[in-house]
Amino acid sequence: MRKLLPAIVVMLLWNACKFNDNKKTLPIYGNRQPVTKTINGQTVTDTIYQTIPKFKFVNQYGDSISNKMLDGNIYVADFFFTTCPSICPVMHRNMLKVYNTFKNTGNFKILSHTIDPKHDSIPVLKKYADKLGVTGNTWWFLQGKKEDIYQIAENSYLVAVKQDDGTAGGYVHQGYFVLIDKQKRIRGSYDGTDPKQVDQMIEDIKTLQAEPNEAIVK
Amino acid sequence: MKFNIIIGLGLICLSLIISCQSDDQLEFKRYYSSGSLIYQSKCQNCHGAKGEGLSALIPPLTDSAYLKTNKETLACAVKYGLKGKINISQKVFEGQMPANDLAPVAIAEVLTYITNSFGNKMGTITSEQVNKDLAKCK
Ligand code: HEC
Repeated sequence: MRKLLPAIVVMLLWNACKFNDNKKTLPIYGNRQPVTKTINGQTVTDTIYQTIPKFKFVNQYGDSISNKMLDGNIYVADFFFTTCPSICPVMHRNMLKVYNTFKNTGNFKILSHTIDPKHDSIPVLKKYADKLGVTGNTWWFLQGKKEDIYQIAENSYLVAVKQDDGTAGGYVHQGYFVLIDKQKRIRGSYDGTDPKQVDQMIEDIKTLQAEPNEAIVK
Repeated sequence: MKFNIIIGLGLICLSLIISCQSDDQLEFKRYYSSGSLIYQSKCQNCHGAKGEGLSALIPPLTDSAYLKTNKETLACAVKYGLKGKINISQKVFEGQMPANDLAPVAIAEVLTYITNSFGNKMGTITSEQVNKDLAKCK
């Protein structure tokens, strides 16, 4: 036992070091802008990161959902439509795992925007959520004006979507899951059809949750 | 002498049986492995890698009883799509499967794959069988 003690101490120290190594931070994506300002007579350069702008959509319960309601939340955004025959079933099979991992943690949301608001009315979205086994207020299925959805997809979440009557289902879109932090900055973008990347996102969400709270950008 | 002839005949029969069987097995293997590739590219997104389906949206392919009783209409379901209420594994599904424009031999291959995976064991569904079934689609 006495011989073992130093070994245990060494192991503990080594583990502690290793633990520190593991504390990684996630990159911040999107456009950035340096701003110089003068604080107490000193010139400092600050970086302004691209953030998700104001929005207003309606969820599967008919409730109005605005960017304000996500203040202080980490969330994942994606784009889909309920009659999608191609990648959406895979994306939402993978998203269910994310939902089940974080549904009880609070300050976490999933926002799935329909890109076919004409067909995907509120009752259609509610039925879809029910069948998927989604309850409560962790995972919202959002509907809004088509232009608004397409604009926020392309310009803010950097996901390409477009209507194309030539493809099965009538829409082409990318299956990205976009990870947004409490300051509404993009911290990751993952292929929602790839279970490995989705597992990585789950780890990254945990990393984000452990980040100290900064001032929340309104 | 007589004895030798009997043994000889017996051996011939035996070798015939064995070679026939291995022909069947070979056919099965071909259907099954081509079917597995078709499944991955055309069906797996919805029905899942393990045939598990997706919650109450898309039924699993693990209900052997359903597959057996509907064996003759599976080809039609794959080719022309399927919609309306169905009962799978004691759950009601009411979704819509899109049509899949596959050649009869490809339908036979993918059906052989699903009816012999995920806990199912129904043997080969040949393209002759599929052609017969397709002629009866509603
Ligand atoms: C866009 C998603 C989608 C794709 C792709 C798809 N299916 Fe289906 N499948 C469904 C849905 C939804 C149903 C249930 C239809 C209903 O409710 O009537 C179904 C039902 C079935 C059924 C009968 C019910 C069961 O679970 O046994 C079989 C067999 C089947 N599909 C096989 C296939 C095969 C083989 C392929 C590939 C060639 C395929 N499906 C591709 C969505 C899909």
